[in-house]
Amino acid sequence: MLAQLLTFAWSAPSLDYHALAPEIIVAATIVVLILLDAFTGERSRWASSSVAGIGLLLALIPIATLAYDGVDRVMFGGGFVVDSYALILQALFLISGYVVILLSTNYIAEGDYHEGEYYTLLLSSVLGMMVMASARDLISIFIALELVSIPAYMMAAWRKRDQKSNEAGLKYYLMGVFASAILLYGMSLVFGITGSTLLVEIGADLGSYVSSQPIITLGIAFVLIGFAFKVSAVPFHQWAPDTYEGAPTPVTSFLAVASKAAGFVAILNVLFIGFYGRNDVWEPLMWALAALSMTVGNLIALRQTNVVRMLAYSGIAQAGYILAPLAVAGASLGTGGEALRSIVVYLLIYAGMNLGAFAVVLAVARKTRSGEIKSFGGLFSYAPALTVCMTIFLFSLAGIPPAAGWFAKLSIFSSLASAGTASGYVLAVIVGLNSVIAFGYYGRLIRVMWMDEAPDGDRSPIKVPASLSFALIITMAVTLVWGVFPGALTHFTDQVTLFSLLR
Amino acid sequence: MKDFLNSWGISLMVFLPLVGALAMLVVPKAKEQFHKVVALAASLVVGFIGILIMTNFDYDANGQLQFVVDKAWIPIINSRYIVGIDGISLPMIALTLLIVPLCIIYSWNHFPEPKNPKAFLILILILETGMLGSFVAQDLILFFVFFEVVLLPMYFMIGVWGGEKRQYASLKFFLYTLFGSALMIVAFLSLYFLSDKIPVNGEMMHSFDMRLLPELATGISTGAALWIFGGMFMGFGIKVPMFPFHTWLPDAHTQAPTVGSVILAAVLLKLGTYGFIRIAIPILPGAAEKWAPFIGLLAVIGIIYGALCCLAQTDMKRLIAFSSVSHMGFVMLGIATLTTFGFQAAIFGMVAHGLITGMLFFVAGSTKDRYHTLDISRLGGMLKSMPHMGWILGFSVMASLGLPGLAGFWGEFPAILSAYNPGLGLNVAFFRVLMVIAAVGTVLAAAYLLWMYQRVGFGVPTKEFEDDPHLHDVTFTEWVAWTPMLILIVVLGFVPNIIFKVTDGAVSNTIAIVNGLGG
Repeated sequence: MLAQLLTFAWSAPSLDYHALAPEIIVAATIVVLILLDAFTGERSRWASSSVAGIGLLLALIPIATLAYDGVDRVMFGGGFVVDSYALILQALFLISGYVVILLSTNYIAEGDYHEGEYYTLLLSSVLGMMVMASARDLISIFIALELVSIPAYMMAAWRKRDQKSNEAGLKYYLMGVFASAILLYGMSLVFGITGSTLLVEIGADLGSYVSSQPIITLGIAFVLIGFAFKVSAVPFHQWAPDTYEGAPTPVTSFLAVASKAAGFVAILNVLFIGFYGRNDVWEPLMWALAALSMTVGNLIALRQTNVVRMLAYSGIAQAGYILAPLAVAGASLGTGGEALRSIVVYLLIYAGMNLGAFAVVLAVARKTRSGEIKSFGGLFSYAPALTVCMTIFLFSLAGIPPAAGWFAKLSIFSSLASAGTASGYVLAVIVGLNSVIAFGYYGRLIRVMWMDEAPDGDRSPIKVPASLSFALIITMAVTLVWGVFPGALTHFTDQVTLFSLLR
Repeated sequence: MKDFLNSWGISLMVFLPLVGALAMLVVPKAKEQFHKVVALAASLVVGFIGILIMTNFDYDANGQLQFVVDKAWIPIINSRYIVGIDGISLPMIALTLLIVPLCIIYSWNHFPEPKNPKAFLILILILETGMLGSFVAQDLILFFVFFEVVLLPMYFMIGVWGGEKRQYASLKFFLYTLFGSALMIVAFLSLYFLSDKIPVNGEMMHSFDMRLLPELATGISTGAALWIFGGMFMGFGIKVPMFPFHTWLPDAHTQAPTVGSVILAAVLLKLGTYGFIRIAIPILPGAAEKWAPFIGLLAVIGIIYGALCCLAQTDMKRLIAFSSVSHMGFVMLGIATLTTFGFQAAIFGMVAHGLITGMLFFVAGSTKDRYHTLDISRLGGMLKSMPHMGWILGFSVMASLGLPGLAGFWGEFPAILSAYNPGLGLNVAFFRVLMVIAAVGTVLAAAYLLWMYQRVGFGVPTKEFEDDPHLHDVTFTEWVAWTPMLILIVVLGFVPNIIFKVTDGAVSNTIAIVNGLGG
């Protein structure tokens, strides 16, 4: 063991630069941003958002070539894997990162916030997500998670002189650190039993330790609960609404979409590779988390008066839908694959529709300076295009065809039904009932936009800046194309698997 | 020509309204005339394609799906773009193709508040795509998508252009239907996973193909089939609407703008009954047999309950809405017998109810336009103040109560008769009791309709409307919109075979499936 460790430490691991190219490009962009900010100062502030955006788009090129190449690349003794699963999620993170930059451009520039630092932190967080998609080792997962979170803590508090923003950052930070501690404790228990941090080895070992059941249960539960904080699943969700409301809206969209997706990716990694054999432990946990998240999230969302808070609770409910397939994922390898693919599909579609909804909220807030649902009154009469966009995004979130959300929900239903167990069907019916409850608040916002009068009778049109329009076009295209031709999406996701690593 | 129709006809018919809607989307809303012309043109062209399809339809082989297109759509779950028309869907499609242009013509000069013809007409066109798509889809997921697409325009139509309590009504309509379709999709998926696999490109996969599912689903255990049927029952039954789930209907109808009510009554409700005939019963005949007495019972309760509610109404539109509940009860009773005769009656009843109740809602809308109220006690003497309108209302009322010689008769009486001899192993005595109760329903129907007509049509106008200048008789656009429907009501009344001939082959096929595999 020691000898092995020594040889490992002394000989440099072989690096596959092609496989690492996306991460390297993003890291290089971060360096460029810092240098730009340090040496050109005020004059080139405007450039930082463009540089950050171009960097993210450039990183998509090696992802495309790697996907075209189609070979699974394994590095660092199995701790870092680039396969179709990792690539599709990295593409998701890069594109949602790019859309968040589009959303931020005017907001950050006009608020006179620190632009250079903002984009540096944003890209660092995206980098963490990309590593997360490839990480197959407890330690690298933890590091990726911290790289995702720590910049996000700061970004949440970006409006320095606003108490709510400070509260958002602080709350997020404290809860995040608390979650990390729980996560690390769980990880240390798992490491203590299996003697390895590599997920593959943990997966191979965990099934055989029948006698240490309580510790295994505790370890797995703590790791998953740690991540449950990140994805704001009930009952670990309390931070989310306050943080979302207080944080600058572009940051909120980033937290609600990209950062949350990273949490789910972490759960998928540890669950499907490390803990898959112990589904007796995690299936009930996931069942409870899923059912609670969607029900509680939806019920509280019904009572919200602020759009962003409503979207926060809607996000909690959506997290419940995303977790649902995991409640049956252990039934068989077939069901597990089905669950994994349905979650990836949901994450992709969720990113498109939710970022779109935030884009509209940002556009409207430019005029109304408010996030209250009331302020959307009469939107149809003075901004019909934005209203139609928002309506489509909300229908998508509610899961009504032809907007893409229906296919996401269908995938969830499908993987729940494929298990063929009573618990799967019951959860499917709970998801169904929740879709109805959810329309209560999505429908209310739609109603306010279409059927109410504009508050104060102010019907002056909204000027939507170019970058926001572009973000709207991207998200709208994604939402409609995937909704009408789901084949265009499943074409990418139907090969996704994490089981190739299982022994 | 035939080749073109075979490969493109249906798709063109279904999606052309959307093309029209897209064209209207880019033109500013101030150009009202443009929007009206484009919308009408789109719906007429669609109607023309429909006529081409109908003239090329092989009526001798109406049991077979024709103009079938079968293309890959979502390969990963083997859901395909399969569309086709047979004798069951043809009458429904014809009804849709007729109603939509008439609605556009009717709206020509009086769009409900807050006007905005652009948005209103775009919604009607989207609605047309959804309705036509539901009737041609032969894949469960495709059907589900179209079924849901119908919801959205109707929600806005009620919510934006509706009456006083429009927001409440539109949300209620939406939540009810959504609840049903959520359970329906779970049922579809469990059906998908529990049914047998078929080879697709050398791989064994489950299928959503409605043509194959009756055979593939034979292996499903009785218990599971009962649950699955229950899920579909919720989805379709809420749409019909069947008795305990009908409460959205009076609100939606009362609050909807005239055209919305017409489309809702004429076509949307039929999606539910069509779903039973096309999907739920042929695929799960065994479960259908177990559910049939229950469905029959609810149908008859609906007939009587709807009729009694009608007697208590003071609002003309609300009365017509409850009469829908009652009439759809006859349709469901016909379906519940699981016989060729019953299904034939049901399909005829669907078309007849579409035309007649559509007509009644048109007249109610025009009445509201003139009197600004539908409070029956304030109306009166319509035959005096507006003789033509009064006669048209009288004609529709007669048709609705099932007068022989008009279309309504052929929907109701065969449905009642079919309950005399229910199919499969259904309890004969029980269905005969239902038959008798349903027959009492027709008497009640005559009672509430004639009573309503007496109060609205006969007598002298009330004081407040004595010399009201707004009370002008039927206008030109109204004539154009109503004449085809009035003619059809008479024609179908005299020559019911027009529809029975079209549906017989398809219906006997369906019943053969039910008898061959069920019981």
